Amino acid sequence: MKLPIYMDNHATTPVDPRVLNAMMPYFTDIFGNAASRNHSFGWQAEEAVEKSRKQIADLIGATAKEVVFTSGATESNNLAIKGVAEMYAEKGNHIITAATEHKAVLDTCKRLEKDGIRVTYLPVQTNGLVDLNQLQDAITDKTILISVMYANNEIGVLQPIAEIGKLAKSKGVLLHTDATQAVGKVPVNVIKDNIDLASLSGHKMYGPKGVGALYVRRKGPRVQITAQMDGGGHERGMRSGTLNVPGIVGLGEACALCHADMPEESKRLAYLRDKLRGKLEKELDEVYINGTMEHRLPNNLNISFAYVEGESLLMGINDIAVSSGSACTSATLEPSYVLKALGAGDDLAHSSIRFGLGRFNTEEEVDYVAAKVIDVVQKLRELSPLYEMAKEGIDLTKVQWTAH
Amino acid sequence: MAYSNKVLDHYNNPRNVGSLDKNDPNVGTGMVGAPECGDVMKLQVKVNPETGVIEDAKFKTFGCGSAIASSSLATEWLHGKTVDEALQIKNTDIVNELSLPPVKIHCSVLAEDAIKAAISDYKKKAATKTEAVAST
Repeated sequence: MKLPIYMDNHATTPVDPRVLNAMMPYFTDIFGNAASRNHSFGWQAEEAVEKSRKQIADLIGATAKEVVFTSGATESNNLAIKGVAEMYAEKGNHIITAATEHKAVLDTCKRLEKDGIRVTYLPVQTNGLVDLNQLQDAITDKTILISVMYANNEIGVLQPIAEIGKLAKSKGVLLHTDATQAVGKVPVNVIKDNIDLASLSGHKMYGPKGVGALYVRRKGPRVQITAQMDGGGHERGMRSGTLNVPGIVGLGEACALCHADMPEESKRLAYLRDKLRGKLEKELDEVYINGTMEHRLPNNLNISFAYVEGESLLMGINDIAVSSGSACTSATLEPSYVLKALGAGDDLAHSSIRFGLGRFNTEEEVDYVAAKVIDVVQKLRELSPLYEMAKEGIDLTKVQWTAH
Repeated sequence: MAYSNKVLDHYNNPRNVGSLDKNDPNVGTGMVGAPECGDVMKLQVKVNPETGVIEDAKFKTFGCGSAIASSSLATEWLHGKTVDEALQIKNTDIVNELSLPPVKIHCSVLAEDAIKAAISDYKKKAATKTEAVAST
């Protein structure tokens, strides 16, 4: 076993060697511009791009023509939301999204608010899921778009996208989903789920960074978006810019591998994740899972170790790469807004750790991580005045703290 | 973020972890911070009432590595100081000693507050004791 151990696969994943192999020729030998229509260099590049488009489409139940290449999920989210807001401005000016969305969605919506778009940020329930009744109530005749993520990047919960899709369709509202964390991990089907636009990214599924895609439905309804980047009119006018052919080849190959391996891989990761959880819960008291375990990515565990601050825990497990929702680990010194949205209290957000298992994690690594985390949590609790007080039976919510 | 060697040393080998009897009249207890802010420090001093010298200091901290290191360092410094000398410890002394980056300065402020709170608690107890003695 090699240290350090990488268990932060929601942040990014390594490129699968098979993906890299597929990409390599496209840096040197087959380097053509896919838009060059009059020589073989261009044709070969275009052929590779079209193969990738098909591989992506196959993974999500779409057709190749519905796939628009972008630089990643942030761009896809921007393009989808701004593109719809602009294109459907005459139809309405209201967008519904959720409080636990990725910043690429939330900040895009905030930008649009400055331009006169009205945005509803739905709260989530304590299990992390949006309430369908609340969603339904939020829809008005001015609503043009619902944007709800497929799987959350912090707590891994899967939103009821199929139900949301059905509702959106019945109301004639478009549904965009940021499916960055879900594609390749759980079955995503744009037809079955009634998704109109879906964002995905290469580097979250063992493909390269800097490449992603936006699914844009062509039939029932035909979705149109206003381009956000002006130029040569690539991607059927929706996204100008010379195509990143090696990246696109990598994204396509990554999708094909996920497609082929998903049933087996998701079972293996769920087993490892559940083993990790079981060990932690057996050896440690007062650990709390954030978000429902029932509707969740197989590779995600987000867990709060009460009375232990997240950054100090990360410091103790410095040969393991994971993330924390603690304020101290964020640039803004605010604890995770996703965990806060669950209403669990800021103290549990400060104590949270996100484990993101991936294709290359082994059972041996999981055993090591569990043992290490248990050891460090126990040490830090010895150091924690809160743990001491809790053990003395003091109700910490009734203590007069000197907030600073 | 990279931690200074001194922060790492205090984190890995925290000095004077533990609790003193908070009902002991010679023990002053300071508890500062709040769980929802992500750090709580409990710092205690045991003072020799004859000499005013701090003979023991203990801490427990819920917080990041820098908060743990700040309070650990504070207890180290408190040992052997008189109560009045202890009040001279400034958060900037802690910042300099541990090479804390700007985002971690609040940890040192919290440690200074904890020292002041512990000593103020001791002084309050000492005053009631003197009153009690005077009234008999």
